[in-house]
Formats: sequence, C-alpha cells, structure tokens
Amino acid sequence: MKEDIVLDLTELPAHGLGTASPSWWGTLAFMLIEGTGFALSIVIYLYLMSLAPRWPLGAPPPDLLAGTTLTVLLLASLVPNILVARWAREQDLRKVRVGLIVMAVLGIVPLILRAFEFPAMHIKWDQNAYGSIVWVMLGLHTTHILTDVIETLVLTCLMFSRHGDTPRRFGDVSDSAMYWNFVVATWLPMYACLYWIPRL
Amino acid sequence: MVIFVIGGLTGVMVASVPFDTQVHDTYFVVAHFHYVLVGGAVFPLLGAIYYWFPKLTGKMMSETLGRWVFGLIFGGFNLTFFPMHILGLQGMPRRIYTYQPEMPWAGLNMFVSLSAIAVAAGFLLFFIDAIRSAWSGPVATANPWGASTLEWAASSPPQPYNFARPPVVGSREPLWTEATALPVVAGLRVDRRELLITSVVEGIPEALESSVGNSIWPLWAALATTLTLVWSIFSPWAVVWGSIPVSVSLIGWFWPKGVPEDES
Repeated sequence: MKEDIVLDLTELPAHGLGTASPSWWGTLAFMLIEGTGFALSIVIYLYLMSLAPRWPLGAPPPDLLAGTTLTVLLLASLVPNILVARWAREQDLRKVRVGLIVMAVLGIVPLILRAFEFPAMHIKWDQNAYGSIVWVMLGLHTTHILTDVIETLVLTCLMFSRHGDTPRRFGDVSDSAMYWNFVVATWLPMYACLYWIPRL
Repeated sequence: MVIFVIGGLTGVMVASVPFDTQVHDTYFVVAHFHYVLVGGAVFPLLGAIYYWFPKLTGKMMSETLGRWVFGLIFGGFNLTFFPMHILGLQGMPRRIYTYQPEMPWAGLNMFVSLSAIAVAAGFLLFFIDAIRSAWSGPVATANPWGASTLEWAASSPPQPYNFARPPVVGSREPLWTEATALPVVAGLRVDRRELLITSVVEGIPEALESSVGNSIWPLWAALATTLTLVWSIFSPWAVVWGSIPVSVSLIGWFWPKGVPEDES
C-alpha cells in the first residue's frame, strides 16, 4: 500500500522520562507485584493471629528499640531521597552524585539495624507459626532494602562513570528513588503489624 | 455461530434437572457438546485459516475447493451430530461400542456413520487444498479480501518488521477510511533500534525509545537464576551464594555498552 507521511518524529527526544519511559512502567509494575507480596504476608500474619489461642505464640512481644530506630531512619531517608529525585529531574550531575552516596549510606545503616531486629523477635523461624511469619515478613523486607542498596551502589558507580551524564541515567536515578519511597512505605504497615499488634 | 447457539440452547436444556435426569450420559449430551466445541472452536479455526492463509503464505486457497470443503464439513457435521440428539432422546447411552440388535438405534447410527465419512472427506480435501495452495497456489495480493484492518496493509507474507514506517490509525477501520494511501510516521532512526513511545490514552508521540540489541547477559542471568533455585532445593545457603552470580549477570545486563541504543 502507498505510504503518506503525515508526521515527522525527527525532533522527538531519544528517551522519555516518567510515563514516557518503559522502565518507569516496569518499576511501577514491580511495585505492584512486590506490594501484593507484602499485603499477602500481612494477611497471613493476621490470619494466623485469628487462629491462635494467644498472640504472640510462645514469645513475648518484640523489643521496640531496633525496629523503631530503623523506622525513624527510613522515614528520615525520604528527605534526601526526594531531593535526589528532584536533582535527577533537573539533571544536576554533581548533586545527584552526592545524593546517591548519601542514599547508599542510608540504605546500608538500616541493614545493620535489621540485624538486631531478628533477635528482638525472641523466636526462631522454625519454632512455631508465629516465628515463621515474622521471619518471612522481616526477611521479605530485608531483601527489598538489600536489592535497593545494591541498585543504589550500581547507580552511584554509573553516575561517576562516563556513561552517567545523560537523561536516560537521570531517569534511572529517579525511578530508583521512586522505588525507595515504596520500600519505606511498605515498611510502615509491616512495622505496625510486627511491633504493635502483639501489644494490643 | 448458529452451530454454537444450538449447542448453547441444548446446554440450557441439560441444565434443567428433570430433563438432565432423562438424557444424562446419553447421545443427547454427545450431540450437545459437539455443537458447542465444533461451533465454538473448530469452525472458527477453519475460518481463520482460510482468512489469514494468504497473509501467512502469500498464496490463495482454492475458492471451488473451499466451497466443497464448507459443504462437506458443515453439512456432514449437522448430519452426523443432529441425529445424535434423537438417539439420545431414544435412550441410547454414550460410551458404548455395541448394543443388542433389538434396540431401535441401528438405522440412525448407520446414517451417522456415513455422514461422518462426509466430514472426514471434507477435512481431507481441506488439508490437500492447504498444502497444495501453499506450494503452488495463485499469488495473493496484500489485501485480497478488501479487509479493513492493518495487517492487510502489509505485504503477503509480511516482512519481518511488518511496516517500514509505523502507520497512523485514526479509526477502527483504517484501510476503509484511508483507502488511497496509508498514513505513516517518519523520522525513526535507522542506525539504532528504536520504537515509538506515545501517551497512554491519546496516543500522542512522546519519545523515540531505544529497543534492546542482542546480548548474552540475559542468558547468564537465566542460568544463574536456574542454578540458584535448583540448588536451593538442597541447601538454603544456595540463596546466599547464588545471589552473587545473579547480581553480577543482572548488573552486567544493565551496564551501558556505549552503543547508539544508550543515547538519550
């Protein structure tokens, strides 16, 4: 069939940001999948609680210190995280580099605190159903912090390399920042569930 | 569609408990579900093969043989399966290979068997025509049916890339509303793999995103993931140690290669 050129796209950018970026949609879909996983783990926790004669099973309520410190730290990390996202939108390479280093540190410190949260539960994963579900919930969220820290470290290296200064990589940084917001947001119901429901 | 609706109507009949008590496990049920399956899947499949055969192969199937195939299969199907309703109502159970000679089902069963031969002959003719046409049928044009949808704007058979330039669609019947020339967009680069990103609802072009090139890294990632998961059946430490090759392969996959596709 004969062709009739009605539109010339030569002027379009070679990469889109936000909803014009496939990796933005990929991050969003990944958040949907992982968010479902978090929601299911909370549902399982509440289901087991509804069956148990008392709750927590065979253990005192968890110690608050490590988990609460971690929660405060995660909430505080949102400030530099949102700043990094803003600097990435403005494509300010120097600020993004500094921000990514800060975010890498703010990802590693929660991992250290998390190491103290597991013993604060006063139960092992194989002791009973309560032990199983709290280790699953903590482990699931730890995996998310860990993968985001690795992602942040890789992006930090990338932004210091010759590949860094392009809109595509700034888009990666802002997608990564969006994902960290998700990691923090999912922790809040998990924290309430793990630490405060046993105290009700 | 008519066949499928007949199957649906007998489905409503067998959903009624007093009726089903009578015809359960009889030939009525066999007739019913063949009308559903053949009307719902087999006839549409045959129709689809005839419809897209020119697009798939670039050759036309025979019109004359097609009419014969339709007559044999459609007619033969009804002559085979409609009498089964009657056999079922006469009490013939399904899943039997023989019955006493005094049962009054012999005449209709002979008729059904002969009709089934007509169906088989129709299918034989269909396969002969399909193979023969793919081999040496008349060459098909891009749109032999005067159809309205985009695949008929591509050549028959289509190029691996379908369209050299992405078409612009303004209606549900683009080839009918744009009868003279296909409106297309220009300006995609030829020195890097590109695809067009548009807004979600309005379809307004927003960016020319690069498409991935060939890479060995996805294979490494798949192998590392497989190794980790299989190993984790035997030891929980597999998750810890296996995550290292998985991470390495994913990072290697992600890391920019300095090709035109990295540009933005």
